[in-house]
Amino acid sequence: MSAERPTLTRDEVAHLARLARLEVTAAELDLFAGQLEVILGSIARVGEVAAADIEPTSHAVPLQNVLRPDRIAASLPREAVLAGAPSVEDDRFRVPQILGEEE
Amino acid sequence: MANLIDLDAAQTAAVIASGQASAVEVTSAALDRISEVDDQLRAFLHVDRDGALAAAAAVDERRAAGEPLGPLAGVPLAMKDVVVTKGLPTTSGSKILQGWIPPYDATITQRVRDAGIVMLGKTNMDEFAMGSSTENSAYQVTRNPWDLSRVPGGSSGGSSAAVAAFQAPLAIGTDTGGSIRQPAAVTGIVGHKPTYGAVSRYGLIAFSSSLDQAGPFGRSVLDAALLHEVIAGHDPADSTSIPQAGPDVVAAARAGAQADLRGLKVGIVTELTGAGGGYQAGVLDSFRQSVAILAELGAEIVEVSCPHFDYALAAYYLIAPSECSSNLARFDAVRYGLRVGDDGNHSLEEVMSLTREQGFGPEVKRRIMIGTYALSSGYYDAYYGQAQKVRTLIVRDFTAAFEQVDVLVSPTSPFVAFEVGERVADPMAMYVNDLCTLPASLAGTPAISVPCGITTEAGPPLPVGLQIMAPAMADDRCYRVAAAFETAYNSKNGHILQGIPAIPTATGGLR
Repeated sequence: MSAERPTLTRDEVAHLARLARLEVTAAELDLFAGQLEVILGSIARVGEVAAADIEPTSHAVPLQNVLRPDRIAASLPREAVLAGAPSVEDDRFRVPQILGEEE
Repeated sequence: MANLIDLDAAQTAAVIASGQASAVEVTSAALDRISEVDDQLRAFLHVDRDGALAAAAAVDERRAAGEPLGPLAGVPLAMKDVVVTKGLPTTSGSKILQGWIPPYDATITQRVRDAGIVMLGKTNMDEFAMGSSTENSAYQVTRNPWDLSRVPGGSSGGSSAAVAAFQAPLAIGTDTGGSIRQPAAVTGIVGHKPTYGAVSRYGLIAFSSSLDQAGPFGRSVLDAALLHEVIAGHDPADSTSIPQAGPDVVAAARAGAQADLRGLKVGIVTELTGAGGGYQAGVLDSFRQSVAILAELGAEIVEVSCPHFDYALAAYYLIAPSECSSNLARFDAVRYGLRVGDDGNHSLEEVMSLTREQGFGPEVKRRIMIGTYALSSGYYDAYYGQAQKVRTLIVRDFTAAFEQVDVLVSPTSPFVAFEVGERVADPMAMYVNDLCTLPASLAGTPAISVPCGITTEAGPPLPVGLQIMAPAMADDRCYRVAAAFETAYNSKNGHILQGIPAIPTATGGLR
């Protein structure tokens, strides 16, 4: 696997920000485009290692499905959970509109 | 009797158990110390004076009633703000969680409370634990008590500063790429990253789930071991928690204090000796002297090559941002925290984007975008997939090394504490602070940092840390070797914190 030095345009950073739900400013785009390109250039070094036949490691310890007994246990009181919410209506999280007018 | 704040955790517990001082007196002394110096130090985001005094009073009542007390009952502790605490503000250093009061305790919070340990408050940190200086906190810059113009390391810099400045004898930190070990090193205290899975992550605000691990800070190896024993152990609420008992780290620390390492084989990691440059000379000098001390204690010293450690930085800064971009998707302006732009016109998606833009700081945004990039189709194999393969090779390097030696050693960080502001504009200059700590993070193996010298290379006297790494589940080896080293170091030089300067206090004067 070869690692060519990656480039990252201002438009590509704007696209990443959209994917990540970050309403970044024009000034941030200028700053981040340069910084992210430098960071990517450094971390692209992983491509120098010949590892085609190596198994990936996602966790340092072997993971298995862990199931707990299917027993009813206490959950948090509704008011305790809603107390931290930014907006509440009728004992529920109030969510801004999901669909636009025309949809 | 010495001033109460000068006592370490084991001494504090002994003083309380014997009735020489009450837990309330001990806690009051710690709270007074915080009042005196925290205007300068800025280690705490929140001080829970009433809660701490009530917890201390409860310990005193239990003692008066003749109830058995744990080995750390009544000892004050500073809790990193990434750990959720029922009824106490928890922000993870981020504006997006400003004002949030968790409705539950993390497992480690519960264990700390159950042990009768007195939680003084929540400590400052890099936002979501992303950083090596605590300057990425959205709230304040914490200062290093050795030199107030310098950083206390990070991301657990509030915790390290609090312990080094005698605000608390104990603190909890979390370590994803070095966030316990590096701040311990640059403030002259002990910090241990346990084996991944040894300490429950339930109730830790997640940054990088396959790497995050909580651990203890103390001013002695024994203190760190005593706190480790309290927080470690299987937790059914964390599916990555190891379902078996860990080693007896307290016994290991006590055995190590006998200062006899005959029969132990210590490996110096070739790739972490600064041969290619980039390490400060004062750090390397202290490291060489430390290895000589280990040899004097009877250890056999060999050099071991771990060739893939050279790629740990690159692999880490792909894996951690990838996991963070996924974990931080939970901050969607719906269930908790900040909401911006909810004016009836903006859609949920727009509210989300406006909220995250305002609520996250620049380093968090950078890492989310790097992670988003690395996980994108078309780039996944070359970046995230390849980083996971490199991770396998780093694990194999450790496995091969531990077939030859019992522990591996290196400097904890290539650098001593640097000036506030010195590295903030250059993310890569910040990332290289973690050069020596990242391999053990990626492999999930335990590693401790123990003070090993003072250098004046950067101007003022500043501490250096020695990192001791062991195989998974062999945390006891870290504690044993660290305790032996500490005993030898202290008998030669005195305790390292005897060299820390006094801090100007709020009431005038120095202490």
